[in-house]
Amino acid sequence: MAGALDDSGADLELVGITKRFPGFTAIENLNLTIPAGSFFALLGPSGCGKTTTLRLVAGLETPTAGRILIGGKDVTDSKPHQRPVNTVFQSYALFPHMTVLRNVAFGLYRRGVSNPLGLAHEALRLVELDHLAGRRPAQLSGGQQQRVALARAIVNKPALLLLDEPLGALDLKLRRQMQLELKSIQDDVGLTFLHVTHDQEEAMTMADTVAVMNKGEIEQMGAPEELYELPKTAFVANFLGQSNLFTGNVVSSSATSIVVDIAGTKLEVPRERAQRHTGLVTIGVRPEKLTLLVEKPQSRSAAGASGVNVLGPGTVTDVSFSGVSTQYLVEVPGVGTITVFAQNMVFGPVVNRGSEVWVSWTIDHAFGLADHEEVVPRLSD
Amino acid sequence: MAFGAFSNVDTPVIDAPRRRSRAALWLLLPGVVYLGATYLAPLVSLIVTSLKAPDLVNFDVGRYLYAFNIGNYGTVLGEYWPIVLRSFEYAAIATVAALLISYPLAYFIGVVLRKYPLWQALALILVIAPFFMSFLLRTLAWKAIFADEGPVVGFLQHLNILGANAHLNGTPFMVIFGLTYNFIPFMALPIYASLERLDLRFLEAGADLYANPATTFLRVTLPLSLPGVVSGTLLTFIPATGDYVNASPQFLGSTQTTMIGNVISDTYFNLSDYPSAAALSIILMVLILIPVGIYLSLTKTEDLL
Repeated sequence: MAGALDDSGADLELVGITKRFPGFTAIENLNLTIPAGSFFALLGPSGCGKTTTLRLVAGLETPTAGRILIGGKDVTDSKPHQRPVNTVFQSYALFPHMTVLRNVAFGLYRRGVSNPLGLAHEALRLVELDHLAGRRPAQLSGGQQQRVALARAIVNKPALLLLDEPLGALDLKLRRQMQLELKSIQDDVGLTFLHVTHDQEEAMTMADTVAVMNKGEIEQMGAPEELYELPKTAFVANFLGQSNLFTGNVVSSSATSIVVDIAGTKLEVPRERAQRHTGLVTIGVRPEKLTLLVEKPQSRSAAGASGVNVLGPGTVTDVSFSGVSTQYLVEVPGVGTITVFAQNMVFGPVVNRGSEVWVSWTIDHAFGLADHEEVVPRLSD
Repeated sequence: MAFGAFSNVDTPVIDAPRRRSRAALWLLLPGVVYLGATYLAPLVSLIVTSLKAPDLVNFDVGRYLYAFNIGNYGTVLGEYWPIVLRSFEYAAIATVAALLISYPLAYFIGVVLRKYPLWQALALILVIAPFFMSFLLRTLAWKAIFADEGPVVGFLQHLNILGANAHLNGTPFMVIFGLTYNFIPFMALPIYASLERLDLRFLEAGADLYANPATTFLRVTLPLSLPGVVSGTLLTFIPATGDYVNASPQFLGSTQTTMIGNVISDTYFNLSDYPSAAALSIILMVLILIPVGIYLSLTKTEDLL
């Protein structure tokens, strides 16, 4: 199969794309380049403009301004049927009046490719559904329909494959299975995949590059590990996993780090991990990077000298045990609630509700953001 | 208490379906009686009438005796087959014309106007509005509009499209026009019902899979709206074939445009030749069933790719 679909896809370039609908702007001046052969995920909450972006690339919407280039060719004014792009729709949109085989062969017939049925069978074998080629979509399960939709798209060897939350309708177990399957198909066929999703875990497991979108703009883009370990904005820090964020003034800075005063405690952040180095800044650290201490550590004079930041004392207000890890909520006066994930290396929780604790983390795990958290009450994840 | 609850469980569970099926039969009874009285009995009576023979002993107009005079069928068919043929021809042309007019109309209301529910409702009311007035009156209105002294004929004569002594009323064109006009709602509404349910994401999928708008229409929209097209054409073709209003000289037709419905009506009411009228009715019924059966079996093949 890999031999049959050996095109490696094409670059996608969005240049200054703006899309306005009557009454609101979905996308504002979006610039984005997706290199050929990559598995690219657009991640964001609903209404952030990610599906609109996908529809613009597919040609189902027309941009208000900007250009769309696929493989260097300007397709902004091309109709959807003229673009070398195929979509796996969120609803699958399989034609109900055709068999599975006819659905998969549809695009091949339209382009006059020779041996359409043979290629369709081949694509169905790739998604392991060839034995159901004669069925109608309504006779298939959700997961099978999803695979037919995938086969119907990739059989055309598009320069670019668009996936619009294709796994959204599946249950958790099937979704995991399909995530792995999609990734292995992408490895096999080597097409450029543009995947739109609101599921941060899905984006991180599947994509090699993730762009986090918010309010019609890309907040941050990079490899999943990079985004997770070094979020640059409060939105990314909170949308991609959880974060403990603190806001305070920079009180001193050196060539290697900055020191921020958080309610009287000095916390250090490596200079290259901080987006801003002066004034009021928001810094953060991931909950699993934190260590709970039941005694005040013997801190040496200045913060950072020991290579760790320490915050406390605080009171444990909640302990929830979830098997692999335990989540503690620690209320530190003047700072707020800190979330700590601790691996359960020993039996059960280490500290109980009401205990007095200190929280510490390695300075290298801290990050400094370019903006501040919006003061909107958020439901915790 | 608990045991009592358990001991009661078995009986109703097993009995319920049987009792329900008997109830269903009782509920069916009024319908069966109604169909028997208003459909089956008249049909049998029609067949019996079609086989009757004139009373040669006490001859009188409209007096016929029970017989098995199967020759009635041959006689009427021999005499009226050109008119039967003409009826099918007019009805077929009118059905195609009504389809060509109704499909875009139904598409406009069901798909284009979907974004504007108020306009959609208004357009639907406009399609149904003619029903608020008797179709006899509406057909007569067309007769006035297309009259020799009327505006249309005058205008067409002025443009030299029609000759000085030409008419529109009484021509086959007028009869087909009337049939088309009168049956458009019956064609448009079922097609609208199909198109109104059409998931527009299928059209996007078609475009995404390299089908241009025309191909998407032929391969996706049309097959998905086929149930509406089939019921619309049947609701138009069947009654149009037997129609006797549009073709009658009192309305849009003339003696040159007589359809089989007019013959049946004349034979029955004017000639009181009940056996011939009944035989013609049955012939018409059977002849309609043949194309309808072929049509239905053709359109049942869902795989139209």
